[in-house]
Order: sequence, then structure tokens, then C-alpha cells
Amino acid sequence: MIEKRRGAMRLAACDAAARERGLSPGMTLADARARVPDVVAVQADVAADRVWLDAIADACDRFTPLVMVEPPDGLVLDMTGCLHRYDDEPALLVEVDAAMRRWASVARAAMAATPEGARALARFQMLPAPDEASALRRLPVAALELDSENHAGLRRAGFRTLCDLADRPMAPLAARFGGDLVDRLRRILGEGDSRLVPRRMPPALAVERRFAEPIATAEAALGVIGDLAAEVQAMLETRGRGGRRFVARLYRSDGHVTTLAIDSSRPLRDAQGIARLFVERVGSLNDPLDPGFGYDMIRLAVPRDEPLAVAQLALEGGATGKGADGEDIAALVDRLSTRVGARRVRRFVPRDSHLPEQTALALPAIEAPAPAPWPAPEPGEPPLRPLHMFDPPQPVEVIAAVPDGPPQRFRWRRTLHEVVYAEGPERIAAEWWRRAPGDHGLTRDYYRVEDGRGRRFWLFRHGLYGSERTDPRWYVHGLFA
Amino acid sequence: MNNMIDSLRLLRRRLALVETRDRATRGTAGSVPVGHGAIDHALGGGLMRGRLHELLAPADDAGAASGFAAVLARLIGGDIMWVVDEALWRREGRLHPAGLAAIGLDPARLIIVLLPDVSAVLRAAVDGLRCSTLGSVVIALPGDPRALDLTASRRLALAAEAGGVTALMLRLGGKPLPSAAQSRWQVASAPSLPLAGASPGHPAWTLELLRQRGRPDGGRWCVEWDSEQARLHDRDRAAATIADGAALPRTVVSLSPGRSAARAGASRRIA
Repeated sequence: MIEKRRGAMRLAACDAAARERGLSPGMTLADARARVPDVVAVQADVAADRVWLDAIADACDRFTPLVMVEPPDGLVLDMTGCLHRYDDEPALLVEVDAAMRRWASVARAAMAATPEGARALARFQMLPAPDEASALRRLPVAALELDSENHAGLRRAGFRTLCDLADRPMAPLAARFGGDLVDRLRRILGEGDSRLVPRRMPPALAVERRFAEPIATAEAALGVIGDLAAEVQAMLETRGRGGRRFVARLYRSDGHVTTLAIDSSRPLRDAQGIARLFVERVGSLNDPLDPGFGYDMIRLAVPRDEPLAVAQLALEGGATGKGADGEDIAALVDRLSTRVGARRVRRFVPRDSHLPEQTALALPAIEAPAPAPWPAPEPGEPPLRPLHMFDPPQPVEVIAAVPDGPPQRFRWRRTLHEVVYAEGPERIAAEWWRRAPGDHGLTRDYYRVEDGRGRRFWLFRHGLYGSERTDPRWYVHGLFA
Repeated sequence: MNNMIDSLRLLRRRLALVETRDRATRGTAGSVPVGHGAIDHALGGGLMRGRLHELLAPADDAGAASGFAAVLARLIGGDIMWVVDEALWRREGRLHPAGLAAIGLDPARLIIVLLPDVSAVLRAAVDGLRCSTLGSVVIALPGDPRALDLTASRRLALAAEAGGVTALMLRLGGKPLPSAAQSRWQVASAPSLPLAGASPGHPAWTLELLRQRGRPDGGRWCVEWDSEQARLHDRDRAAATIADGAALPRTVVSLSPGRSAARAGASRRIA
């Protein structure tokens, strides 16, 4: 692996065989070629490394929900409360090691009370030690990962291990090598305060199932999700909550992780409903679920939940009543949104604006707020707003008797329309208070017109003739019924 | 021999039972009167609920087509799912909720589903039709898509019957094709009755009943939508009364909804 650093091609990383023959990271490529003429150099790809690290971090979710990535090549797993599954800490390390080997990575794993301690142990431990404290104290000063100047300074002052440093008073050390050294030392030794920033917030609720024998079909995996959904239902019921978002993560035995997420428009708890949405989700995937060598673990998490009262069973038959009449429609919206994507299923929400195209928003139905009342039409009036609206408005060629009068005929989509009836103008000003000072925007003069065949259009003139424009343009903005 | 006759009788009785049950589940649909005497008569009481109805319109008359579908959906009532092909939505403009509200349809009752191709539209429509809490499903399609064959339309019709939801299939620039629809209409916009100051009036359409299942087809009407009373009336008759009124030399009394018919009649007699 090579990369360009400080104007020269240098080795970024090398494998065990290269190390044996005297190469080391940081060496220039020319030097390396001189020592080993047949060295194979590959351009380093930082982005691909990061993707690979993220994939491994995903796979490490199976050990603990709290995974932190330390680029370029480290992962920190907070195992607090997750050890009950393993006999003891070494057993866990053995398992991590085996998993890493399976996923075609070489890793050094270590455990310590603090993330920095574990990091230092994983990277710099040379000799085995009887316990954690002495192992940490035996680490070389390189484990502090200071810059080269300070590091050389420490070596020159005769410090070899952390033990040498830890027994000294801290103040002179800080004065000589900077406060950074003291901070790092205290954190490695577990005396300082250290924080973890996990990649993902732990979900409100998660259930998982592990398999001794990986399951190799998508149907069986969906069946397991159904079982997990039943567990989730029971847990949500005791808490009086319902999930708005469910995430299923399928861990393949070769380290690949598939994530399936479903959203629901209302708090959902019904296991069958959840399972059905997951079936829809799998059906909508571009490439079908590939179990490969099989899934060895499946986890169902509820990252978003909301209060949901316990439903009362109907007296007869024991089934819950149909409830509010919107319930079934919400299920339909959920199903369609899962299958075709939430942005394709929409509801209109009114918006307070006098620009006609901004009076309504079409929001995804799954997120839309409760229906709001719409302004009632004027009684006795014909429709004053069109049924279809063009966005953006389409330009038309218009002939009018006078430049600021109603249109007489217009050409739209290569057809000439004679205006028989026209009403207007309805004058709508631009939103000058949202514009830059001095720029008032153009006023629109709207006309409702009807052509000879009875088609009704909504046309507008963009800009007032004379005061705003000498040659205002015309647009068709909508079609009436 | 006797045994055989017995078993035959048993079979017949069973068949009869199955048939009546079938009819019972299907017959609950009912129909929706549109308020126009001649059309309701031709339809045998009104537009049948829980069936597929096809609305054909010229390609350049999207406003009229959607307007008529919206009016029918308003008459049927309940929540509406409007499934549209995305290309059509872009070409003919999106639905404008204020315009829907202006013809009496509450935009809050509407779910819009925008889909990339016709087969997805048909699939989503079938899902919607099975959801019995909906009132109607409007399916807007461009012309004569290849995915819409007899099988597809039969699937829609069956789903509509199963869920009791009315399907209104709108085809812009479509030609009549064999389908499983209960009725097929040709819709086009008609010149409206102008209001004061020669301004365009209420929505008006020319309707033609091209065919319907199990009843004589044919019939052509020019109708106008009255959104206050939520009914269609005959545009020509309304035009005639206006023309009559114009011909008689009398004071024009505006007929506000609050005023009683008797008083209006009296004023005419005095004149």
C-alpha cells in the first residue's frame, strides 16, 4: 500500500511478509524498491478503507449496541452489560478474534476499563501481564501516541514505559511535555474521564435471536422477524407504547449486515401488522435478500416509539373492535409507503400563503399531521381556483386587445384557443417582504378564461404593464373542471 | 336410481345456497344517484358502488376528466385514494387542493399515490380497492397503456367488488378497449353558462354513456355541477330557463337559497 505524503510516495501499510524483509510504513517507495526489488505496490484508498471499517463496525453490532469507530483502523466496543453471554472476558476476545478471521480481517483485540486503555493495549502490548493494571503500566511510552518531537523528548529523558511516567509528579511533566501528555496518561490508566460517542443511539427497545446453525432462506428469516415482532408486541404492551419505526438487522455469518427499516404512520404494536410490513419491504427491494451462507443472528429494534394506550378487547369474539374508522386507511398508507416509498404516498396539508402554488403542501402521508380544515368555497360562486396546477407555470403566447386587458386568444401546446368568456384580473402581488430590499418582484394578474370548446384555463400576466414591465409574459397556471 | 336422484337434489339445493350467499354478499353495494333524472334512470338508480367505472376523455381535456372524477368521488363520499402515473402528473399538472375544495371535495379526505409506471399504479389501486374503509379509488392513466388488459381490469373489478369500494378509472386520450368495467363514459368539457359580465360559469361536461353491463347503453347529456346541492343538473334546461327569463319583460328577482319558492313564484305572477 502506498500513498503520497510530504511530496514522496511512501508506504502507508505493509503486510507481514514485507515487514519480515525490513520494510515499514513511512518508508519511501524508492527506498522500499531498493531493499526489495520485487515489492508489489498498490495505491492506498482511504475511502474504501473507511467503508470497510464501517462494514466491520456494522457486523460488530452483534457484540454490543455501542460501537464507536476510530478512523483509520480502530473500533471501540463498549461491552458493559453485554458479557453475560460469554463465559468470561478471554472467551469474548477469542470469539471476536474468530469472527474477525472469518470476515477476512486481521485484528488485535484487547479489553480494558477505559476505551483509551483498551486502545493502547490493542496497539502496543508486547508481553503478557498478570493483570490489567500492570499490563497498562508496562506499555511503552509510544502508547501515548504523542507527536514525534515530544516522543523523542520522553525517550531522551529516559522514560521507557508508562510506569516510569505514572510514578512521577504530574506538574513538571505537564510543564515539560504539555498538558496533553498528562491527559492521555490519566485516561489510559483509568484515572481520567473518558467519553464514548457511539455510531448509533441505542434503540428504545431491541430483541434478538441467535442461531447455532445459520438460517439460509429469506422465508425463514422473515418467519423469525415475525416471532421477534410478537416479542416486541408483548414488551410494547407492558410499556403502553407503540413503535413508529422498526429496524430489522440481519447478520450474515460472513460479516455482511442487511438493514431493513419500516415506518408507520401511527404507533404500531400489532405483531402481524409489523411482520406484514416487513414482507412488503423485502418485496420492494431492488435486489432480493441474499442469505448467502446464512444468517446467524437477527435483531429487531424499535428506535422510535410513542405512547399507545392498551386496546380493549371486544366482549364478543375477543377481537379488538375496528376502532376509529381511519385505522384501516392508516394500515393501507403504511403498506403502500413501505412498498413504493414514503414520498410517493401523500396527503395535502394547508399552508398559509396567498401565492396560489404555495397554499398547500403535499407531505408524505406517513408523516402528515392530523387533517386540518380547509377554507370553505364561497357559496354560489363557480370554482375560483383550478383543479390542476402546473409547477412551474407554462408559458403561452397571448394576444390581448390592450396590453393590460384580458386575453383574446392564446396558443398553448401548439393549439390556438379563442377566449369566449374571461373574468379578471385577480391581482396577486409577489411576496416582497421575503425578497431583497428594492426587489419587489412581479405582480401577477390572473384571468379565468373559457375557450370555444368549453375548456377553462387559469392564465396570468407576469408583471404589470407599464409600471413593472413593458413586455409582460403570459403563463397558463392551471386547468379548471 | 332413487339414491342418485336424491344426491342430485341435494347438490341442487347446495348450489342454490351458494348462489344466494354469493348474491347476498355482492348485492349490498347499492348505487349513488347523481341527481340528474335522465342519467339516474339510464343507470337504473345511479352509479353502482363497488364496481369499476371507466371515464375516457380527450388527451387535452385533463381538467374536465379530473373534475368529473372528483365530482363522482364527492357523490360517492368517504375517503378517496387518487393513484396517478407520475409522468401524467408532471404533464397535466398536479392536483390543486383549493380547486378540489371549490367543487365541494374535502382535500383532507384525499390520499395521493404517485407511481412511476402503469403496472405499479394498477397494483396500488387493487390494494386500495380491497381496503373497505375507503369510499372510492381514482386511477388516472395516460391513454391505452399496454399493462391495462382485460385481466388487469378484471382484477380491479373483482377487488372493487370484494372491498365494496368504487373504482373510477380515468384514461386521458384513451380509446374504448374490452374491459370488465360496469360502465364506460366519454367525458369532455362543455361550454359553461356564463355568469354576469361574461365570466366563465360552473363546471360543465358533455357526457356520453358508451356502454354498461346488464342495461341498455347509450345516452348523451350536457350537465352542470351544482356544488352547493351536490348534484348534476341538465345544462340545457338551466340555459332554457335563463333564456326564458331574459325574454320576459319583468324585474329580475335573484333566487337566493334563503328565499322561499312561494315568494319567488309570487313575484313572477305579479310581473
